Amino acid sequence: MKNKDIYDDISSIKTIMERSSKFISLSGLSGVLAGVYALIGAGIAYTVLPPYNNVITDYQSAQTAVFYSYPKGLDLVLFAIAIGVLLVSIGTGILLSAQKAKRNNQAVWNQSSRALLNAGLFPLVTGGCFAFILYIGHHYGAIAPTCLVFYGLALVSASQFTYGDVKWLGILEIILGLLALMQPGYGLYFWALGFGVLHVLYGAIMYFKYDRVNA
Amino acid sequence: MLTLNNFDKAFENRIRLQVMSVLVANESYDFNSLKELLATTDGNLASHLKALEKEEYISVIKSFLGRKPNTRYKATIKGIAAFKKHLEALENLIKQQKG
Repeated sequence: MKNKDIYDDISSIKTIMERSSKFISLSGLSGVLAGVYALIGAGIAYTVLPPYNNVITDYQSAQTAVFYSYPKGLDLVLFAIAIGVLLVSIGTGILLSAQKAKRNNQAVWNQSSRALLNAGLFPLVTGGCFAFILYIGHHYGAIAPTCLVFYGLALVSASQFTYGDVKWLGILEIILGLLALMQPGYGLYFWALGFGVLHVLYGAIMYFKYDRVNA
Repeated sequence: MLTLNNFDKAFENRIRLQVMSVLVANESYDFNSLKELLATTDGNLASHLKALEKEEYISVIKSFLGRKPNTRYKATIKGIAAFKKHLEALENLIKQQKG
């Protein structure tokens, strides 16, 4: 056995182990775009929210204000904005990751992407149910922080099947969510920071770190 | 000349070594995903899997996903031990060269 063969063997073992257990076609650019969509969504939400939204800084008065003085149907408008941002982000993510997978000669729907989704889905769906129950109970001020915390947990959980950087994004989202919980009334700002600014930063880092070299 | 002690003949082939790497890193893996990952043909992969199966390094789990047959592979305890031993042998070879 020649020298070169040994090193080739070892490096092929290493790459194959990594490629078989991690989904490496997650697109960085789609992260940037998801952040931009979230910022646009937050901007629209800001314009439809009543201006006195800014003075509410505790949970009790938030609940009273929403209950008695918010325009009827506002909750549905906000919900529609959030769902719209979510769907467009997911669509972009799938599309761009599929393109990247093609370049990597990897299928988008393979064992590692299934494991990735499976790991992320449980915290995410739990968070969705949690937020919905808060909504039914009129605990509006806690919804935005809840979304951030559970989204962060989903990222940390899914990160074992893709780039390790995703874990750091998750941890930051969790910290932001906890801070938001301590500052009622500023949910929209934290939301814009977590889903908007953090995604843009993370996506840009991922793009320059992984995508550009492969392109 | 380097000594080839402890070298496992079953892993002399690159594809077989790669299959074993995948099965050590993952709980189990299906045929099509393996084929895609290693960029090989049906026949080639099948023959190497047969060889590993004959050594009892991997076990085969046959099932159905709806109507489609789904064949999954798993590393056996014997296979994982053999793979580790092979890695150690590779490591020793490198140490010998440096020493």
